[in-house]
Amino acid sequence: MKKWLQKGRFLSLFAMLALLLMGCGDPTLSALVPQGEVADKQFQLMLISISIMILVLVVVFVLYAFVLLKFRKRKGDESTPKQVEGNHMLELLWTVIPILLLIILAVPTVMRTFEFSADAKPASKNELSIKVTGHQYWWEFEYPKEELITSQELVLPADTKVHVELSSADVIHSFWIPSLAGKTDTNPGDKNKNYMWFDTGSKTDVVYKGKCAELCGASHALMDFKVRVVSKEDYKDWVASYKATDGKSSANANGQQVFEKNCLSCHAVGQEGGNTGPSLTGFGDKDRVAGILDHDKENLEKWIKDPQEVKPGNNMPKVNLSDEEIDAVADYLLGLKLK
Amino acid sequence: MATHESHKKRSGLMDWLTTVDHKKIGILYLLAGGFFFLIGGLEAVLMRIQLMEPDSKIFTGELYNQLLTMHGTTMIFLAAMPIIFGFMNAIVPLQLGARDVAFPYVNAVGFWLFFFGGLLLNLSWFLGGAPEAGWTAYAPLSTVAEDTGVDFYVLGLQIAGAGTLAGGINFLVTIINMRAPGMTFMRMPLFTWASFVTSGLILFAFPALTVGFFLLMFERVFDANFFNPDMGGNVLIWEHIFWIFGHPEVYILILPAFGIISEIVSTFSNKRLFGYSAMVFATVLIGFLGFMVWVHHMFTVGLGPVANSIFAVATMAIAIPTGVKIFNWIFTMWGGQIRFTTAMLFAVGFIPTFVMGGVTGVMLSVPAADYQYHDSYFVVAHFHYVIVGGLILGLFAGLYYWYPRMFNRVLNETLGKWNFWLFFIGFHLTFFPQHWLGLMGMPRRVYTYMSGQELDGANFVSTIGAILMGAGTIVLLINIVISASSKYATTKDPWDGRTLEWAMPVPTPEYNFAQTPLVRGLDALYVEKTAGNGEMTPAEPVGEIHMPNGSILPFILSLGMFIAGFGFIYANWIVAIAGLGLVLITMFLRSVIDDHGYHIHKEEVEADIKGGRA
Repeated sequence: MKKWLQKGRFLSLFAMLALLLMGCGDPTLSALVPQGEVADKQFQLMLISISIMILVLVVVFVLYAFVLLKFRKRKGDESTPKQVEGNHMLELLWTVIPILLLIILAVPTVMRTFEFSADAKPASKNELSIKVTGHQYWWEFEYPKEELITSQELVLPADTKVHVELSSADVIHSFWIPSLAGKTDTNPGDKNKNYMWFDTGSKTDVVYKGKCAELCGASHALMDFKVRVVSKEDYKDWVASYKATDGKSSANANGQQVFEKNCLSCHAVGQEGGNTGPSLTGFGDKDRVAGILDHDKENLEKWIKDPQEVKPGNNMPKVNLSDEEIDAVADYLLGLKLK
Repeated sequence: MATHESHKKRSGLMDWLTTVDHKKIGILYLLAGGFFFLIGGLEAVLMRIQLMEPDSKIFTGELYNQLLTMHGTTMIFLAAMPIIFGFMNAIVPLQLGARDVAFPYVNAVGFWLFFFGGLLLNLSWFLGGAPEAGWTAYAPLSTVAEDTGVDFYVLGLQIAGAGTLAGGINFLVTIINMRAPGMTFMRMPLFTWASFVTSGLILFAFPALTVGFFLLMFERVFDANFFNPDMGGNVLIWEHIFWIFGHPEVYILILPAFGIISEIVSTFSNKRLFGYSAMVFATVLIGFLGFMVWVHHMFTVGLGPVANSIFAVATMAIAIPTGVKIFNWIFTMWGGQIRFTTAMLFAVGFIPTFVMGGVTGVMLSVPAADYQYHDSYFVVAHFHYVIVGGLILGLFAGLYYWYPRMFNRVLNETLGKWNFWLFFIGFHLTFFPQHWLGLMGMPRRVYTYMSGQELDGANFVSTIGAILMGAGTIVLLINIVISASSKYATTKDPWDGRTLEWAMPVPTPEYNFAQTPLVRGLDALYVEKTAGNGEMTPAEPVGEIHMPNGSILPFILSLGMFIAGFGFIYANWIVAIAGLGLVLITMFLRSVIDDHGYHIHKEEVEADIKGGRA
């Protein structure tokens, strides 16, 4: 494959295309700026297929333009064009050449399709296993070996192969981090669990954007998540401090009371709390409120006051709290920091 | 032969409600389909307005999902297919040299079922909200929705789909049985061939959809659990059933467009179609392969690398017969004398646009890369290049081409060219940037996107394009209004046509050909123009013509289904039974009333021929 690419006559076209497409879009979101092994190989496949397709387009467009310019009806020309039935040689040519082009495309296609496929595989050393569960409209991330559950923000060590098990708590969602790997659906029901893998790339301290890619309800557009890739040491520290933290890591005792009374049945902090809603452990360190709003107190209060206003159709109830209580809860949540 | 004459001439509205004449039903299909096309287009423009800028709040959440669902559903089932059926009705019997379709009564039933099904679906806007689960209605999103939107979707499309199935069977029988003497299969015009293959696809694809809709309806109305994993169901059953129908549906749509383009390219190049037999073979092969590739809509569902690879290669294979068609069109024009009428402009615009949609289709067939494209704006760009850039340009071409035959007037060419350029440029402005949006990480079916993701520019351009497409469509409407208010202004053969539909006088007599013509080769009329006197040779002497009577029963039968649909949506069994009862009564009446139709006497036909009316 690589050899064919190096020797291939498409090389120059390939390089030009790569230049044209590369750097298109947000480097933490665009599939055209691949950051990990899987996204990289997918980008290569795109380049191969686009090269072949541009070859086809050029041939068709040149013929087409020539015909349109050359064979217009001239004024005063009353002759009848020769009625041609066909031409076996030509017809054979434009059947066989596409077949050859498609075979060239089919080989890497099948290779990569098998390469990217995955079964339930326990992570070996230096690898990582996570379980992803889609909810309307947030993401739950479980690290089985590390025994911890996070939400909305997936923290991963750099240069690591990550095995993913995907399922859904309600409707079908699709887990997509364009910079790192293509998407795989999360299906409800044990029979339709999905598996995929990707590589986290070499960059550290970078936050990639993740998206839900299957229509899942009113707030499908808002079902974003983040992937924070850190160095392996930082990852170890993060796991340790995540496990060590609890609801007391925030200083706001008043807010803690309100939270425990009204919110803890759905939202976990540390080892305590329910799992109907996203875990709020270390909420103060997160990147976004509700996955979409800028991470500040004003937005957090707005969200608690009327969740439907921010994310229509989501399952968080409007909790009957006074402005003071909301203020206290917001302070408490923003004070929940790791370490 | 029946001797009694029970023929009543009806006029005005009653004539249109009772007609079984394929030409009038064709017009009805075109009008209803055109109306739904405008609604679907309006929904598209509203969505583009919402997406014009980041974080926009005009149509959000549920409402946006209703718009996207109704846009897709309306365009596919209620606009594109009926307009195709409009042309098939208006043209196929003429191209075959037939009196009418095989079952004129069933033809009317098919139209009214479609009409009432579409009406039912669109009434959901005023009755608690439109469906919001996407035109694909994936379970469990479609089964858990609490409002009645999805019920309207299921019942409306079930009724419309029954009409489509009836229409498809009707055309299969018509094309097999009612060809004029000498009109062998391999002399049929390409549009008729495409209609034939499309009807075959309808016959095999729509029952899958019908079954799927019944499952979904039972799940929603009677609490069945086919797709509920908690009760041992499986959500993927729906996806498979839907796409087993859904992929052939794509070819049901595009093949007639291929047919229209073949007719127009040949006519306006003044050349016979290059590689006619290859074109026929390619059409059949595309139809056949269309059933073998549905999993390429499901690459990310997790069916495993074996299934994905097999369906990937099968999908790639479709590119080969499609490529054959493209080259054959180009070589039909090669050496010809191309006249750039509006119809030809649309056909010429179709070719490169469709090729672009085709190549992105091949790119999408690569599963490992499709994991990136799937459900992103790249897919949106791809299928709009195929369906709008392919099918809709083809339908516009067909409209300008056959308008004189259907409405006895030509559309204005200057306005036609405005229509083409506005729509064509608008189309590329709308959808070309969407390829990039998808690759840059924008999922489809989202009602908003945040700023700061480098998605703003392309979205803005895309909305401007959509507005231009809207402007192009308005020019078409103006053109139609102007032509409708003008007098008859056409000769029987305004384009120097090659096929049988141009061999009869204007307006087309209700019995079509006074004497069934004798077909002496491919491009039957062209053969007579070069080797005969320019007129078709009759294959029979002038005689009595047996015609079917119109009937109000198809309308009432469909009305019964419409009422029953409401009954099922609101789980009101009295209304449901009343509606179905009305259906059964009309069926009973149809069975017991002996209607032999009527005869047009030999003298009348002879008078028509003398007067140049036949």
